[in-house]
Amino acid sequence: MYETHYHRASSVQDAVSRMEAAGEGKYVSGGMTLIPTMKQRLASPSDLIDLRHIAEMQGITVNGRSVRIGAATTHYDVASSAALKAVCPAICHLASHIGDPHVRHMGTIGGSIANNDPAADYPAAMLGLAATIVTNRREVAADDFFAGLFETALEDSEIITAVRFDAPAKAAYQKFANPASRYAMTGVFVAKGDDGAVRVAVTGAGANGVFRQAEMEAALAANWSPDALATISVDASDLLSDIHADAAYRANLVKVMAKRAVAAA
Amino acid sequence: MGVEGIGARVARKEDKRFLTGKGRYTDDMSVPGMKYAVFVRSPHAHAKIVKVDASAARGMPGVIGVLDGKQLLADGIGNLICGWMIHSKDGSPMKMGAWRPLAHETVRYVGDAVAIVVADSVAEARDAAEAVVVEYRELPVVIDATRALEAGQPQLHPEAPNNLIFDWQIGDEAATDTAIAAAAHVTEVTIHNNRLSPNPMEPRAALGIYDAGDDHYTCYTTSQNPHVARLVMSAFYNVAPENKLRVIAPDVGGGFGSKIYIYPEEIVCLWASKRTGVPVKWTSDRTEAFLTDAHGRDHVSKVKMAFDANNRIIGLKVDTVANLGAYMSLFSSAVPTYLYATLLSGQYAIPAIHANVRTVYTNTAPVDAYRGAGRPEATYLLERTMETAARELGVSPAELRRVNFIRSFPHQTPVIMNYDAGDYEASLEAAMKAADWNGFAARKAEAERRGMKRGIGMSCYIEACGIAPSAAVGSLGAGVGLWESAEVRVNAVGTIEVLTGSHSHGQGHETTFAQLVADRFGVPLDSVNIVHGDTDKVQMGMGTYGSRSGAVGMSAVVKALDKVEAKAKKIAAHLMEADESDIVIENGELKVAGTDKAVPWFQMALAAYTAHNLPAGMEPGLKEGAFYDPANFTFPAGCYICEVEVDPDTGRTKIVQFVAADDFGNIINPMIVEGQVHGGLAQGIGQALLEGVHYDASGQLLTASYMDYAMPRADDLPSFQVSTSNTPCPNNPLGIKGCGEAGAIGSPPALINAITDAIGNNALTMPATPQKVWAAAHAAK
Repeated sequence: MYETHYHRASSVQDAVSRMEAAGEGKYVSGGMTLIPTMKQRLASPSDLIDLRHIAEMQGITVNGRSVRIGAATTHYDVASSAALKAVCPAICHLASHIGDPHVRHMGTIGGSIANNDPAADYPAAMLGLAATIVTNRREVAADDFFAGLFETALEDSEIITAVRFDAPAKAAYQKFANPASRYAMTGVFVAKGDDGAVRVAVTGAGANGVFRQAEMEAALAANWSPDALATISVDASDLLSDIHADAAYRANLVKVMAKRAVAAA
Repeated sequence: MGVEGIGARVARKEDKRFLTGKGRYTDDMSVPGMKYAVFVRSPHAHAKIVKVDASAARGMPGVIGVLDGKQLLADGIGNLICGWMIHSKDGSPMKMGAWRPLAHETVRYVGDAVAIVVADSVAEARDAAEAVVVEYRELPVVIDATRALEAGQPQLHPEAPNNLIFDWQIGDEAATDTAIAAAAHVTEVTIHNNRLSPNPMEPRAALGIYDAGDDHYTCYTTSQNPHVARLVMSAFYNVAPENKLRVIAPDVGGGFGSKIYIYPEEIVCLWASKRTGVPVKWTSDRTEAFLTDAHGRDHVSKVKMAFDANNRIIGLKVDTVANLGAYMSLFSSAVPTYLYATLLSGQYAIPAIHANVRTVYTNTAPVDAYRGAGRPEATYLLERTMETAARELGVSPAELRRVNFIRSFPHQTPVIMNYDAGDYEASLEAAMKAADWNGFAARKAEAERRGMKRGIGMSCYIEACGIAPSAAVGSLGAGVGLWESAEVRVNAVGTIEVLTGSHSHGQGHETTFAQLVADRFGVPLDSVNIVHGDTDKVQMGMGTYGSRSGAVGMSAVVKALDKVEAKAKKIAAHLMEADESDIVIENGELKVAGTDKAVPWFQMALAAYTAHNLPAGMEPGLKEGAFYDPANFTFPAGCYICEVEVDPDTGRTKIVQFVAADDFGNIINPMIVEGQVHGGLAQGIGQALLEGVHYDASGQLLTASYMDYAMPRADDLPSFQVSTSNTPCPNNPLGIKGCGEAGAIGSPPALINAITDAIGNNALTMPATPQKVWAAAHAAK
């Protein structure tokens, strides 16, 4: 790791000020991607501004069907929240399968979303739940937030402070883990809203990161059952190929995981 | 047998320090003035070095020195060697290209060391290493061994045209061809044995200390055989004469073969310590380990197995291409020859065998012995072929094996080995019973109702351990003898130290070797200490690999114990005025048989050292040494059965049961043996299901971290059912055979046979990843 300067921000405004004063600063939340990257000398921020201890970014609030999760909330806290589990068990289940216990106690929902790793789990949930990404400057719909591999709508020094969504009537997440890294080789989040609208969000498989599968959404809106997906053929042309899984296999996994998610919802 | 003697399930003495973080590994060693090294490594798989410019690096904070390959050459440090000479079938010696500890002309794989930076801290050394500017002229690259043999491919070493190191054969080709021509059925398969990264928990490390006052070197290093390291560094690399070089391998955290070899880093650290005047420590990071630890396996073989009308094997013909990487590592030539092709008879009576082996240079990390070393390759080839043949012939896999089992011993195979003892039917029966083989059809039907494809597969392995009779291996080209040494020192108060040339890096020698002493003299296990791993303390020894520490290392201890016992009885007889032949040793006492006269063990020891009252002419003291050279290899064997369920939608394989029935001969500590089998099975299942080294076409290593290299984890594995039967080895005093590698040898074919049974498609290569299994399952439809 190259030399860097660590800052523990006390408020969102404090974090922004420190970022704007830094040469090549980086926000760090859980650091589950950034710190290993720095250790491998593939990233060399002059300053690390830690967002994890900012009070206004903590905690889970459930108000009826309306959910707010502070961006600095750890995966463990999401996984183990009884209030959240009562209205949206799918996101708790998803969080409980991210990484290992160490990662779940360090990694945060805001960090995961801001990083937008194409194999991360949370982006699928945000897209599937039609969540709103709340920043220190604005509110962005998840549909407009994720912009390709490790790319988001975030601007310089902008900070995700929370995510908001309405709990769906039904939802579930199924992932097929990469045998080595245990990241999602393909993960599918399905949700059916109170209004009957269906969303199918896919992570781990897309060459441009997380995406929605429109054909599946239409089929499930007409008939919410795994069988509704039986005749759908997933196009492999925009899917990832690597040493673990080629695009054709990932296309198969998208369908299999979607069916299993519907069955589990 | 006492509660702590031979056969007792004694808890490991060494575990207290390992489990409480008190182990002392090379990286834990610290000496005054010590500095830290980082190596500058080639980012290219094949390139000419045009220029190494370290001027900027030398001026950076904390930097003590930057040294390159030209300086190493100028100081007369020698080439790395391969210690086993193999001759091609045309009689020519193997074609060994030069391997410099620091490359100065050509780099041949990604990770090849070019320079060393020594600095006050690892971070400063790393910063300076990045500032060393190496100008390369890139050369074309070849990764695949079969392709490397073709005309027009990039050439790695001028000494080896067409990248061919040797073209070797064993067995009778004419007789084998005749058998194949006359066969009622010939099974033909192509067998791929995947390339593996060894991944010991502790990465390699070296601490080189040059003492200018005495012109003496000390090397702490992660070695399975410190004496061999000293011998090779002294005799071939010109680091220092043996009497001026001490090699210490302290606690070592796993090796699996990869720490047998002498690598560039320990040589360079010693040399750099003299050059810079400071002790120099290097510790590999995990990426360096993936790049530079000697890999395992990487074979492709074409196989023809010929059967008569009664399903008896009448001939086996094998044509193997083995990838040895960019350079010949220390025992690389022996692995695909004498450790592999000599086991191609398996457990079967095969009258004619012929194997041809070509070894090849490629722009990849060197390949050498890895847990099993040659024997997993032979077993996988044979047991996949047997399974294929059983399917083609329409007979049960068990029946085909039974028909062909060797049933009388000793048995001379057509490929050198003379099997001394075994009962293969017993292991097969035990495994089939434990696995409820006959109930499989019902379990398969039940799984089918859940939409799962269930399969079962077996593997009957044999291996050769206890390497090795020195004269025999010498006649086959080995550069060393493979005996072992021991010294037993009885202290004046009766406590005992055993100095062994074996080296423990996870095997539990501190417990099992002490059990031999406790068993012999009835003294508490706590009063026995095992000393190993330091060339200044321990007499010359050959180290630990090839499951040899029990069969060879312990046999040397037994010989030394025999001498100690004889002298102790003489002393006791003298003290009690009895006849030496009447003395028996029981429960820590030397007794006159049939009387109540006894001398406690400690009192006899004290008498040996006070020397006030010894038999006339007897030297004082009680310390005896022995060297043991085995008469033959030992032949552990067994039967493994694996049962799997494959999810046809995803290709995911779940191992639902795994049965191991092994014959290891006599057993010193059943708990440690079970641990070795469990670890070996995990490693073999890792190879079959998960692990595989991938290079891209330009020679970049794609699996350089655990993000991409899949290691087996607890949730990949079932709860193993292990059992042992026993035909004692007739060729060593303890009747033991060895158990360290069996699990890794026998398990891959059992697993692949089970998966291919489940999916109904025999075309599947290791590792059987979900993607491959899914594709194969769908191709079968």
